[in-house]
Amino acid sequence: MFKRLPEAGPTVPVTIDGRQFAARAGDSVAATLFAAGVKACRTTPVSGAARGPFCMMGVCFDCLVTIDGRPNQQGCLVPVREGMRIESQSGARIAVDAPPGQP
Amino acid sequence: MAREFDVAVVGGGLVGGAIAYGLARLGRRTALLDEGDIAYRASRGNFGLVWVQGKGLGLASYGNWTQLAARLAPQLARLLRDETGVDVALEQPGGFHVCLSEEEMQSRVTSLTRLLEQPGFERYAFEVLDRAALAARLPGIGPGVAGATYCPLDGHVNPLRLLRALHSAFLARGGEYLPLHKAHRIERRNGRFVVSTGAGEIGAAQVVLTAGLGNAVLGPPLGLRALVRPQRGQVIVLERVRRFLAYPMATIRQTDEGTVLIGDSQDESGFNESLSTSISATQAERALRIFPGLRDVRVNRTWAALRVMSPDGFPIYEQSASQPGAFLVTCHSGVTLAGAHALELAPRIAAGDLGPDMQPFSSERLNVQEAA
Amino acid sequence: MNIASSCDVAVVGAGAAGLAAAAECARRGLSTVVFDEQQAAGGQIYRAITATPLKDRTVLGADYWHGEGLVGEFARAGATHVPGATVWAVTRSDDGFEIGVSHDGVAQLVQAKQVILATGALERPFPIPGWTLPGVMTAGAAQLLLKTSGLVPEGRVVLAGTGPLLYLVAAQLARVGGRIDCLLDTTPRGQWRSAAPYAVDFLRSPYLAKGLSILRDARRATRLVGGVQQLEALGGDSLQRVRFVAGGRSEELPVDLLLLHQGVVPNINLSNAIGCAQRWDEAQLAFVPVVDRWGASSVAGVTIAGDGAGIAGARAAEARGRLAGLHTVHMLGRLDAAARDRAAAPVRTELARFTRGRAFVDAMYRPAEAFRIPAGETIVCRCEEVTAQQVIDTVKLGCTGPNQMKSFLRCGMGPCQGRLCGLTVTELIARERQAPPGEVGHYRLRFPVKPITLGELAALPETDEGIKAVVRIGKAH
Repeated sequence: MFKRLPEAGPTVPVTIDGRQFAARAGDSVAATLFAAGVKACRTTPVSGAARGPFCMMGVCFDCLVTIDGRPNQQGCLVPVREGMRIESQSGARIAVDAPPGQP
Repeated sequence: MAREFDVAVVGGGLVGGAIAYGLARLGRRTALLDEGDIAYRASRGNFGLVWVQGKGLGLASYGNWTQLAARLAPQLARLLRDETGVDVALEQPGGFHVCLSEEEMQSRVTSLTRLLEQPGFERYAFEVLDRAALAARLPGIGPGVAGATYCPLDGHVNPLRLLRALHSAFLARGGEYLPLHKAHRIERRNGRFVVSTGAGEIGAAQVVLTAGLGNAVLGPPLGLRALVRPQRGQVIVLERVRRFLAYPMATIRQTDEGTVLIGDSQDESGFNESLSTSISATQAERALRIFPGLRDVRVNRTWAALRVMSPDGFPIYEQSASQPGAFLVTCHSGVTLAGAHALELAPRIAAGDLGPDMQPFSSERLNVQEAA
Repeated sequence: MNIASSCDVAVVGAGAAGLAAAAECARRGLSTVVFDEQQAAGGQIYRAITATPLKDRTVLGADYWHGEGLVGEFARAGATHVPGATVWAVTRSDDGFEIGVSHDGVAQLVQAKQVILATGALERPFPIPGWTLPGVMTAGAAQLLLKTSGLVPEGRVVLAGTGPLLYLVAAQLARVGGRIDCLLDTTPRGQWRSAAPYAVDFLRSPYLAKGLSILRDARRATRLVGGVQQLEALGGDSLQRVRFVAGGRSEELPVDLLLLHQGVVPNINLSNAIGCAQRWDEAQLAFVPVVDRWGASSVAGVTIAGDGAGIAGARAAEARGRLAGLHTVHMLGRLDAAARDRAAAPVRTELARFTRGRAFVDAMYRPAEAFRIPAGETIVCRCEEVTAQQVIDTVKLGCTGPNQMKSFLRCGMGPCQGRLCGLTVTELIARERQAPPGEVGHYRLRFPVKPITLGELAALPETDEGIKAVVRIGKAH
């Protein structure tokens, strides 16, 4: 889907849904996903439809991913860091765990 | 030339919407007049509680009226679903009023006890829970919570969907909705009421003022004293969160869509709908003490709206002595009382007489208060 | 980083307008702080200008590299730049304004005597069926990926829409060896006729030469299909095909990436929430704040510069930023009116030079109604997944404007706060009601204009009045 031009630069190891990936230092998380061939990063809480980054400038909120365990981060605004854990999301986030038997 | 109706309901919020629907249901040719897209609209600023516990300290009739409304809520919800297909998501599992200190707990229990002991008050049961008991009932309760009072009669509803359903049902019953018809004067002419609006005149045999803060201006020429003032309330809206809270709380509820609402505040700052950051900060801080797990959840919106508040906080229901056929209906709990407004009050208005049991709600009680 | 708790001027946005405004203020001795969401200065047009991996300057072109000088000027002027900072509120305070800023997960309140909003532009919504599928992005997004990360689309790539940026992106991608299957031009056939009255100005403007060379490069780069009247993105979980209608014929192409663009519009959420008056601009088909020739808004102390006050491009934004800066220095008493006007004179000449020709561009690339106002099941509000038909149905219920409609449908209540649906909704309702968009109005925005966490909000200072409004011990209900 996207290829990298040769002048890329140093890399930074991150994981994407558990998979190791060599991200480019200075890239945003959203750019990293594209570089890794990932188009969809979440499913919506409203209908479960798949979504991926759309505007790359912090306006559309479709690039939401879980970063180092924190859900709903705008991937296009967060630069990658060594060892960062990037995870796609499914539906609404969990804030308080409801015990079984409760909704 | 004026257009003629049986009843003109002036004000298309939750109060007007419920009454207009109730009247249309009885076959009255009803016009529901409303302003435009930008207006004070208390009804867009609603938390969504259908709340019984604690209501009526100082006016037992109000506590009883609220309980009636809660009993009628399921019937209204059913009617609306059947007539419009809209599910207003009414749930009445009981609700919690959470206290964050021993002082708050004691004050709360004292208040409720005094409330229920009032002569003529229809008593209900409430539970007092300490922190451990509350934590056993609800997930994620924070360590800083002192306890709560629980009343099985409390519930909540989707207030915006309720408003939309009332409007739809009103239209389905042959009612006529007239937006951009802001009333600036109502007078009697040729044996009926004439409402003058920016978009022409509307004539009706009866007129019901449900215009919230606007009632203060429209009422006096009709012999109706709408002693109302604006009271600001702020709400914080969080993004959707996987369902964790099955019960409404007085200040936190999770909607059927999964968003979390945090209220409520009360302050007197006139016709000021701007947001106070410090009020939001206090609301947020208290909410986090109740559910620490919400710390990282995002605030998508906050809003401030103006409640329509009478001097003692209780509704004013009144029929004009000098101009029979003119009615005033104002309250700040349009959601809780929707069932009673649509199914109990509207028929009385249609009959032309609110009845002696509505006397405690007339503005005359406020004379007594002023004198006292 | 510790943000100072007060300053003379707070500038929101480090794009062309913000950088220029801040430089003018700081150079004349005002304590100036620039808040910006991105990690480095440059806004969107000059995005990544200090760190782009594209060292060959012919790829992005001279217009882009002009920003290097501006960033340098800003760096030397003495203003404070706070990157990674999101401004979510601007409210009046005793001494001017209280700015709510979120930085590094912590929300702070900063006091400023004057505020300059330079929030720039965003891409006009382009609601076609399937526009929410993964694999559909804005053309601007693809350009940003190129600038910031040296990423070039590969596979089957289609560009679609209208406007100079679309052709610029095609040209830039071609320069780096990106393959574009085709460019579907939705500019209505014959629209040049309505642009003709402005052609003289355009011919005299700096945009003519640039425009011609970009168009030439774009034509060389790919198959150009003109007069596209219908467009659909198709696929299950992600984009697989594009279907379009041009010249009465329908065609379907397999596609991996669809890049949409039909112009840019001002980002008005912050100015709207502050209460700045705005008006509908029929030439730009957008709401723009009402400002005077210095950029002063209807709210005293708030000045608006750049594309956020009306689309005119980067060089015009820079000029208007300078004017806003000069005006602000004057308002704080550090520059008398005569000196301000003298300093402004050459800037006004620049501004005239770079606004000449814009009317032609606006008319030439005016997006077709069919692509601004969708129908049926096409999603209008991406966040809440509300369709065009649902919006139209509320008008039938009696909704006269977007705010009542929003309360009925949740449309506009998501995290983007109407940035991607506001204009569509206004025009949908306007057409349904046969009323002018200006009368129908826009969503009314409230703070926070960008989301902050509950924890951040909770950590802000509390006041006695605030506490009294919330904690009511002993009060009835």
